[in-house]
Amino acid sequence: MKGIRSFLDRLEPHVMSGGKWERYAPLYEMVDTIFYVPGTTTAVAPHIRDAVDMKRSMFTVIIALLPALFFGIYNTGYQADPSGGFLQHVLTGGAAVLPMILVSYTVGGLWEMLFAVVRRHDINEGFLVTGILFPMTLPPDMPLWMVAAGISFGVVIGKEVTGGTGYNVFNPALVARAFVFFAYPAEMTGDPVWSLAGELTAATPLAVASAVQDGDAGLLVSQAGYSFRDMFLGFVPGSVGGTSKLAVIAGAIVLVVTRIANWRIIAGGLIGLIAAAVSANMLAPASGNTMLSLSPINHLLAGGFAFGLVFMATDPVSAAQTDRGRWIYGVLIGVLCVMIRVLNQAFAEGIMLAILLGNAFAPMIDYFVLRRHIARRRVAYEKQ
Amino acid sequence: MTMVKAKTFDTFLGPLSRSNPITTQVLGICSALAVTVKMDTALVMTGALVFVLVGSNTIVAALRDLIPSRVRIIVMLTIIATLVIVIDELLKAYVYDISKQLSIFVGLIITNCIVLGRAEAFALKNSVPASALDGLGNALGYGLILVLVAAARELFGSGTLLGFQIIPDFLYAENGGWYVNNGLMILAPGAFIILGLLIWLQRTINGYTEE
Repeated sequence: MKGIRSFLDRLEPHVMSGGKWERYAPLYEMVDTIFYVPGTTTAVAPHIRDAVDMKRSMFTVIIALLPALFFGIYNTGYQADPSGGFLQHVLTGGAAVLPMILVSYTVGGLWEMLFAVVRRHDINEGFLVTGILFPMTLPPDMPLWMVAAGISFGVVIGKEVTGGTGYNVFNPALVARAFVFFAYPAEMTGDPVWSLAGELTAATPLAVASAVQDGDAGLLVSQAGYSFRDMFLGFVPGSVGGTSKLAVIAGAIVLVVTRIANWRIIAGGLIGLIAAAVSANMLAPASGNTMLSLSPINHLLAGGFAFGLVFMATDPVSAAQTDRGRWIYGVLIGVLCVMIRVLNQAFAEGIMLAILLGNAFAPMIDYFVLRRHIARRRVAYEKQ
Repeated sequence: MTMVKAKTFDTFLGPLSRSNPITTQVLGICSALAVTVKMDTALVMTGALVFVLVGSNTIVAALRDLIPSRVRIIVMLTIIATLVIVIDELLKAYVYDISKQLSIFVGLIITNCIVLGRAEAFALKNSVPASALDGLGNALGYGLILVLVAAARELFGSGTLLGFQIIPDFLYAENGGWYVNNGLMILAPGAFIILGLLIWLQRTINGYTEE
């Protein structure tokens, strides 16, 4: 460790303003602050004595993602060949998932560095989360060049175009996923993509439910071999990180306890999803659309709803910023997710579009919450 | 003399870049999204707009002292609509296939903001040659963006340019390679993204910032 410090110290004069590598100061800054707590302090009030900065909070998100990631690696191997042992599952899964993460970090990181150097700002830690979230939302046999194309789009169009971290309207990882979803639909939808073994088709629980023409959608999900227990634990085909609800709950606890994710968004999302699913169930007898009859429990357990709600809807930049707004934003995402899943069979997995739409509405929700608050305070003031 | 020349030059060149109708004034977006999936439709559309815009600017400028200002919009629209119907019929007669692909968008040139905008803002106040040049410049500025967007969309969306295969066949996944065409480029949002990137590039080059 001492070697790194002295190397960085020797490098420092060259990258400070006036030095010969001045342009590359962001790179130096990044390496320096990954290894050491920066010596700088906030110059202007308010001051809070705390070790948490952007870097620490982003690392906490990554720690919260680890259970889902490890289970995702295992499950990828398990879905490819259920007969093998634990070690074989982990090795097969790792061989598929780790290159995706590596490509996502490398390509996205290069864009991030390019913009940091050209715009002369520090490299932001937010990318550490984006770079791992994106591959975790993909099917495990995604071609690597598509991962590279997706993360490039997510970083450049989803974030840098509007000014970089903190200025993005949409969650960059979801922008990246939406790009590959619409650009390469054959790799993102349909039954064969969810399993590594190409010829073994594996329909996700939601795909089973939405393919039904008549009958009870929930019954068909269980007849296809997807029990509630398997869906909760995650032994079903699906995107890398999203299958295990148990792992997502573990991550959610870390995020809520450390207050990095706001619990109101998660609670609102759950309420919205259950309310919309129950209403859909009531409408089901009057309609020919069997997806309407899918029970709230199936909606909760199937697909990437939980993963998206916990790790992506709660993104502090693109979510609503007021407490009341967060409730509305969460409920909106839950309701939209059910509506998209039920009403449009082409998008069996509704949570991606639901969160992107939620992101689009978040500033407006905040605006009206603040306006209402101001109006109420004015009335209270005038009464005095 | 040099002053006049510089001004004439500017009338023609300005709309190609600095005051481009699409990327700077953000006019004529609907057709820019609709006809840019393939380059051939974009080129034919550009031709149609050159015809209509040069024609309408010339006629409006020639009649500018005769048009009563109260009914000028109706008169200008009559002139534009006449030219659009002529070009629509011509396209149907000579390039029927492309005319079918362009479908309603040739007819919609009547409502293209660029055409009425130039007639109102320029042709009503300027001489015939200057107006014709202004019309040509604006139509080509529009066409330049159309062709650039169409080239990007056709190359990435279909792997071709003007119908010729550019991305080699053996690279494609169905022929044992790895490449897959980008489906987003075929959809209208693809045009929005390419257009946005073009505007970004142009503003970076011209140093233009929004107030």
